[in-house]
Amino acid sequence: MIVIDIEKKMRAYEGHRLLQVKAEVTSNSITRITGPSGSGKTTLLKIIAGLTYPEKGKILTNSITWLDTDAKLNLPPQKRKCGFVFQGYALFPNMTVKQHLEYATSDQEWISELLHFAKLETLIRHKPEYLSGGQQQRLGIIRALAIKPQILLMDEPFSALDVEMRQLMIPQLKVLIGKIEATCLIVTHNPQELDEIADNSIYIK
Amino acid sequence: MDWSPIWLTLRLAAITTAILLVIGLPVAYWLSKGRSIFKIVIEAIITMPLVLPPSVLGFYLLIAFSPQHGLGLWLQQHFNIQFVFSFQGLVLASVIYSMPFMIGPIKSALQQLPISLSQASYTLGKTELQTFIKVLLPNMRASLLTAIVLTFAHTLGEFGVVLMIGGNIPNVTRVASIAIYDSVENMDYATANSYSLLLFAITFVIVIAVFVFNKRAAKSPLE
Repeated sequence: MIVIDIEKKMRAYEGHRLLQVKAEVTSNSITRITGPSGSGKTTLLKIIAGLTYPEKGKILTNSITWLDTDAKLNLPPQKRKCGFVFQGYALFPNMTVKQHLEYATSDQEWISELLHFAKLETLIRHKPEYLSGGQQQRLGIIRALAIKPQILLMDEPFSALDVEMRQLMIPQLKVLIGKIEATCLIVTHNPQELDEIADNSIYIK
Repeated sequence: MDWSPIWLTLRLAAITTAILLVIGLPVAYWLSKGRSIFKIVIEAIITMPLVLPPSVLGFYLLIAFSPQHGLGLWLQQHFNIQFVFSFQGLVLASVIYSMPFMIGPIKSALQQLPISLSQASYTLGKTELQTFIKVLLPNMRASLLTAIVLTFAHTLGEFGVVLMIGGNIPNVTRVASIAIYDSVENMDYATANSYSLLLFAITFVIVIAVFVFNKRAAKSPLE
């Protein structure tokens, strides 16, 4: 169970706006996060991962406190080890596909499985600049999965995939998430694409 | 022609560049993160040699490390180190004088890398040091090379600071730029020309090599 109760001031076009989220997410479930642009969906994921900090709030995962602003407790992102799929992929330009995965894990069997899932087996020596947008996005997804995270945070993870690849990957992703027993939060602008796999939804105003 | 000023200059430039690389990487990384007043002051101090006349810096170093009083006397008495009119003095002056040429390009390169690269590395459980070595450094190779070459080339051409703190002692502090000045003073234009040509050739080859190495990285937005 992840318990989230946070408040963060976000910069907006005119002044500031307040991101307020109070939610409980069941373990080993898939939750989609929706809401209008600029509502703070990405910021919420970054707060959970420890990449940005709210002014006020608490985050508990399986009864372990990751963040408690009152107690001035804040677990660094390295200790949270959330798998994170970035909206802009955030791939490392100096690394090949294989090196991305080897940077995250030394489990060669798991790397092979992930490469097969993302259909990137034939591109292991390619650097990101030689991959298409869809291939880069798939690499971003499997890099996040490589650490077998307890919590997987995905920011628009299917936006660059064509319909066919999306239909193929989404059900397989559910299987992989189930296999590593991760709790998954997915930000999406297209809630329908997750109809088949999402267990819950969070709407941010 | 006496080759010792050329060797001394190359030795000074190599040692200065090596020291500045070791100092410059962590300092540039620290400066690239956040913008406190303290950091702004430190950055301004590091940048001062860019705008100060070299003789000003040389003068204050001469005063500070004079073995007659203060810090210079203390270093002489306790560690038997003398920075004035010695090769180590030249190294110290060069490190201070060339510091902005090493730190500036590295800091700018670090700030231009997307923050999401570090963030992605942290979420994979990597420390700041691992991220710096495995992710940030390899993705700013061109800027790092530029910083190294700028520092090296700038040290080759030092004159004012070197003359103030080092003087003109053959085999100790008489670097190429001093030797050129000395030759001209003695109306020995042939020797001055030889040293000048050599310095020109060395720096030209270095700069061309950097441009060739960085050719791939530098793409026009119109391509």
